[in-house]
Amino acid sequence: MAFFLETLIGGLMTGMLYALVALGFVLIFKASGVFNFAQGAMVLFAALAMARFSEWFPIWFGFDNLWLANGLALVASMACMVAVAWLVERWALRGLVNQPAITLLMATLGISYFLDGAGQLLFGSAAYKIDVGLPKDPMFVLEGTFPGGLLLNKEDLVSAVIAAMLVGVLTLFFQKTRTGRALRAVADDHQAAQSVGIALSRIWVIVWSVGGLVALVAGIIWGSKLGVQFSISLVALKAFPVVILGGLTSVPGAIVGGLIIGVGEKLSEIYLGPAIGGGIENWFAYVLALALLLVRPQGLFGDKIIDRV
Amino acid sequence: MLYRENGQFKTSYRADLAMFPVAQDRWAMLVLALVAFVVVPGVGSDYLFRAVLIPFLVLSLAALGLNVLVGYCGQISLGTGAFMAVGAYAAFNLQARIEGLPLPLVLLGGGLAATACGVLFGLPSLRIRGLYLAVATLAAQFFIDWFTNRVRWVTNDSSSGSVSVGALQLFGISLDAPVQRYLLCLSLVVLFAVLTRNLVRGAIGREWMAMRDMDVAAAVIGIRPVHAKLTAFAVSSFIVGVAGALWGFVHLGAWEPAAFGIDKSFQLLFMIIIGGLGSIAGAFFGAAFIVLLPLLLNHVPHWLGLPLSTATASHLEHMIFGALIVFFLIVEPHGLARLWSTARQKLRLWPFPH
Repeated sequence: MAFFLETLIGGLMTGMLYALVALGFVLIFKASGVFNFAQGAMVLFAALAMARFSEWFPIWFGFDNLWLANGLALVASMACMVAVAWLVERWALRGLVNQPAITLLMATLGISYFLDGAGQLLFGSAAYKIDVGLPKDPMFVLEGTFPGGLLLNKEDLVSAVIAAMLVGVLTLFFQKTRTGRALRAVADDHQAAQSVGIALSRIWVIVWSVGGLVALVAGIIWGSKLGVQFSISLVALKAFPVVILGGLTSVPGAIVGGLIIGVGEKLSEIYLGPAIGGGIENWFAYVLALALLLVRPQGLFGDKIIDRV
Repeated sequence: MLYRENGQFKTSYRADLAMFPVAQDRWAMLVLALVAFVVVPGVGSDYLFRAVLIPFLVLSLAALGLNVLVGYCGQISLGTGAFMAVGAYAAFNLQARIEGLPLPLVLLGGGLAATACGVLFGLPSLRIRGLYLAVATLAAQFFIDWFTNRVRWVTNDSSSGSVSVGALQLFGISLDAPVQRYLLCLSLVVLFAVLTRNLVRGAIGREWMAMRDMDVAAAVIGIRPVHAKLTAFAVSSFIVGVAGALWGFVHLGAWEPAAFGIDKSFQLLFMIIIGGLGSIAGAFFGAAFIVLLPLLLNHVPHWLGLPLSTATASHLEHMIFGALIVFFLIVEPHGLARLWSTARQKLRLWPFPH
């Protein structure tokens, strides 16, 4: 029982991180109808920027303080992500207004390749580490109920809390601020929003910046957990089934989808894996999402698609 | 002046339906075929065949297959690498398990296995589409990656997970020299290009294109979506499967599962975007581009005396590919093939612009 619970909690924690990457997709899809394949590349880019800036700043400016280095690196990486958002809007999206969704998807594939190359060219392609002072040591809870207690990873716990806070902040931003309302208006109907004076290009820069900042948070958490290297961009490949499962347009869907896939993956690996050869984590999420799509083509919380001829 | 159609009258339906209605096109194609089949084998070096021409031909074939699905039928697929893998592994198993099976049957078997697999993973396309389908094809990619990695039977119980192909023989002639392998690939590519060209301009091709342009409207006018989509998946994965078998047998000789990873899928998608979605020539232009660009990036800095490390070159390659894809999508969504047809239009009127 304790082992099962540990697996379950571990799955939930991982799921929260998947949800974090998936959130980036949903935000961009909601506000611009672009299925952003480049989210993984953005996570890698942001994490590389963070790791390298926090390494370089102390050398460049000659100080020795972890907090200062991390703080400056965070600001610099944020600036980088906003710059990326601006460049994407200026050089890619502006030319592709009103193109079919598939064209936009392929454009983001191009952006993803470009960012992969550019990030590694600028920041180097070895493995780096991010140390933002997340606690590393495990802890035990509920020692009274189970013999030996439940093993919990403090780092996972902190990152899950950060992820939850980010979701809260984003929800507030979308619901309560003027810009948030503009974003939702654009999501609803591009042309109507434009005709009441909402500048599409500004909205896109904002949305991609927010997507970039979410990628930065995801990159920092994943990076401090696993180290920063190319494989981190593959996390995004896990986030696709998450958004598909949750429905492309739903923020809560991303969270629930993330949790389902995190838990499902861990449990299936442990209870199903030995029977059919192990390593099924790689495709379990996809097959789960595919199975759900056959029943509910719009995902768990997505908007129903209605065709008109 | 060079490309003048004046005086070429079509006096029969046959002539009207010809594959190359303009005489100059026919001559150009004949010359091209002559060069490819006769001149190149005579003058090409082994390096040229091994490193440039064979990969180019096999990738063109795969791109052709993918173009049927994405370019003509509008069903986006990110699982091409997986279908190539199915073709390659099925062909490998056929050769390893059935003594003396002739090579054409081995390749055909690879194609048929890929067809079955493609239709299976194409089934969701009846219910879901567009972006959602892209994720469904990713499921095929990851599942087959895992399958070829983990299931021992697929690799004939090899310990390392990599497989190697024995000697290739065709009608009693052993295909050892790169020239012979090149000719085999070339013949297959020409055959499939002609077949595909005729398929896409026939009834079934028009069904695919109607499906691509607006599936609901197509269904309303009486095109069966199930039939159109599944045939597109079947034809596409058959061609891709044969290409996969060729890639494994003729180009690599020995391979491991990583040879057909998700990168290959993306690479093939890039080929048809850059080359031209929904055009036969586009598959060739795209493949040529993607095969030649890395070679250029490796050689040009050397000629210019700029030493470029392998890592830098590969990052630059990524950036250039990425930028080019966005560029092509914005500036010329129909790719290099459209540029070529524009040039042809201009040549028709040259030297008078009107």
